[in-house]
Amino acid sequence: MSTSATAAPVRADAPSGGVRNWKNPILLSVLALLALLVFALGAPANDVTFRLSDPGDALALPELVLSAPLIGWITALGMLALAAFVVARTRRGEPAPRWLLAAFAVLFLIGFLTWVVGSARTPNVALYGLLAGSVTLAVPLIFGSLSGVLCERSGVVNIAIEGQLLFGAFAAAVAASLSGSAIVGLLAAAVAGVMVSLVLAVFSIRYLVNQVIVGVVLNVLVSGLTGFLFSAVLSEDSETWNSPPQLPVLSIPGLSEIPILGPILFEQTIVGYLMYLAVAVVYVALYHSRWGLRTRAVGEHPKAADTLGVNVNRMRFTNVLLAGVVAGVGGSFFTLVLVSGFGRDMTAGQGYIALAALIFGRWNPIGAFFAALLFGFATNLSNVLSLLGTPVPDQFLRMLPYVVTIFAVAGLVGRSRAPAASGIPYVKG
Amino acid sequence: MSVQESQPVAGSPTVMHRVMTGNALVAVLAVVMSLILGGLLIALTDPDVASAASYFFSRPQDTLAAAWSAASGAYLALFQGSIFNFEGETFTRMIYPLTQTLTVATPLICAGLGVALAFRAGLFNIGAQGQILIGATFAGWVGFTLDLPAGIHLLLVILAGMLGGALWAGLVGVLKARTGAHEVILTIMLNYVAVNLVLYFLSTPAFQRPGSTNPISPQLDATALYPPLLGPEFRLHWGFVVAVLATVFVWWLLNRSTVGFEFRAVGANASAARTAGISVSKGYILAMAIAGALAGLAGVAQVSGTEKVLTSGVAASFGFDAITVALLGRSSPWGTFAAGLLFGAFRAGGVTMQASTGTSIDIVLVVQSLIVLFIAAPPLVRSLFRLPVPGAFPAPKSAKDRTSAATGGTA
Repeated sequence: MSTSATAAPVRADAPSGGVRNWKNPILLSVLALLALLVFALGAPANDVTFRLSDPGDALALPELVLSAPLIGWITALGMLALAAFVVARTRRGEPAPRWLLAAFAVLFLIGFLTWVVGSARTPNVALYGLLAGSVTLAVPLIFGSLSGVLCERSGVVNIAIEGQLLFGAFAAAVAASLSGSAIVGLLAAAVAGVMVSLVLAVFSIRYLVNQVIVGVVLNVLVSGLTGFLFSAVLSEDSETWNSPPQLPVLSIPGLSEIPILGPILFEQTIVGYLMYLAVAVVYVALYHSRWGLRTRAVGEHPKAADTLGVNVNRMRFTNVLLAGVVAGVGGSFFTLVLVSGFGRDMTAGQGYIALAALIFGRWNPIGAFFAALLFGFATNLSNVLSLLGTPVPDQFLRMLPYVVTIFAVAGLVGRSRAPAASGIPYVKG
Repeated sequence: MSVQESQPVAGSPTVMHRVMTGNALVAVLAVVMSLILGGLLIALTDPDVASAASYFFSRPQDTLAAAWSAASGAYLALFQGSIFNFEGETFTRMIYPLTQTLTVATPLICAGLGVALAFRAGLFNIGAQGQILIGATFAGWVGFTLDLPAGIHLLLVILAGMLGGALWAGLVGVLKARTGAHEVILTIMLNYVAVNLVLYFLSTPAFQRPGSTNPISPQLDATALYPPLLGPEFRLHWGFVVAVLATVFVWWLLNRSTVGFEFRAVGANASAARTAGISVSKGYILAMAIAGALAGLAGVAQVSGTEKVLTSGVAASFGFDAITVALLGRSSPWGTFAAGLLFGAFRAGGVTMQASTGTSIDIVLVVQSLIVLFIAAPPLVRSLFRLPVPGAFPAPKSAKDRTSAATGGTA
């Protein structure tokens, strides 16, 4: 499938032993110069207001009013300094440290945000809403990429995340409408995710069909099936079939009043809380449990795992089914939280984005979590900005999340390495 | 792609045995099974069937009759819309559906070839959608902006479309070769970027139809259009011939040229290819660029053949269907061609079916994906129909193992 399995795994942050990798210094320099031109020299001459809390909150924070040119110059010069530092280090043959790349990204983000909001018709943005909305948009992505982590870490490529999400969304809507209970919908979504996973597992593990093929075809199958049932059944009588009750928002008293973080962490639906739980559980289980060790062994070197008595294919089978549960629950977010009802192809490629988040996050649950958050942020930012009325054409704003992902995958993360056995069926003997 | 089909047949198989173990039978059975499953789905959701089922235990034949009429009616409409309309008054009307199938198959074949070619070089190109769009944009711009004599204009349109697709896909190849970024992610992201880019272009004076506020371009000049292939009463255009030529070209490229050999070597084992002195980077970039050029041809077929204007929906979902086409064709040029024809028939017939029986065209997606799934897993089909396994004649050991696994799965 990918070169990552075959090409020498050159890690961008590893000491490269004389081979100088000029990719990062060049990229950083170009971005820093761009920042100088746009954020500093092209800064709008007004102040930018960031609202940090809702005026109705118990703990109201004051508004943050910043001068756009000042912030523009500070961030641009900061980035130039960091870029120069990286260039100097690369000259000496030392790679750029991780923290420096992170600092650069943060500076760029601050500079960009100040510039773009400052240039808008109304240079005033609710930062708390921007962040909370980002998390909301990221929830299905996080579930999806966790599903990918579970599969790929055990050696099965999961392109079918999109199908799992979509079928989960569909099942949640139908089951919740028929039963009148959103919780039943949530359970049905998990079952639906498992059903998609079951097909993936049977075809890729038992019949050794190319996993990417099964995944892609499953996505088409689910899209066709749900689309067909939507027009044949759901839209004929949407009162019975497609009016699911919504999951209530459970806010934890006190904690949810914390500015900015409160709504993000403590004012979620049950799916939102499950998301945080799932990230933590998958992370701990993967790196600190016997099951996790075996999963990773099966994904990296199935033969060795087999020699030590691990049943490789059973391990993979259960992992793929578990991934179905996770992605299915994520799918329920679409119909039980975001919108009240199923719509044709409503996941709109989110499963593929989750796949990108998984790779961007280097097949690590925490990494995938932050990658998905970044994507949610970029999407929400483009939504908010198009409301504010910026000079940037709407279409470019909508490209933003995708362009960010391309830059992230091609530039900053460097060569990502998939689990070695990912995508390769295991035949004993 | 799959490992099952490489077992040598030992002993001296009879003709019957050869038929029973051949791929063709599996393919036919896969199509039949998918159609049956699709028919069941149509029957299950049919309102007449549902009302007859309410008294199923007193008169079961009513339910069965309703189910049969629902499914057969839909498939009859599908056939009438894609192959031959026996209710047509004139011969032209009768074979009109077949020409529609070929028209729809044209972009599917071109883009499918692109996906297949990239697949052979070990690249999973999900970006045909974006490549079609950018190709169509380039081709469309040349088509409605430049004023050139007939012949040269069309040639330039075709070249521009190929260039657009090649650039868009080549970018993926370059990024993959230089930075190691995963091509699946890059192509998916570039699909979204392409749609938005085209929407942006269509809001600029250079692309937008004068006097229109919608994102739609002016009509392409008559000199920039593919001439009709069978006369003006059919929509079939010369783009289909170009698709046939493209298939021949890809066959030649993959099987008879050095470049194609290098592609296949890189796809089979990049490390081995590198050791043998083949430039893997060059292989990736070139394979993606050619794949993009082929997808660009699909864009040309749309913009200067079928649609005649540029919109952001000019690619329909051909880029995604192309993936299933290439998979069904097992990434071989003529297999892709045949799969493109089949899917073209489904799509053309699906429109008629939806219009005449009200069965949603989504059923076509279901049937298509089931076909690909079944064809990709010959052991499943064989065990379902209790067919002998190839190579099981005196049965080499590995094939025997697989038989037991396959039958165990359905028992």
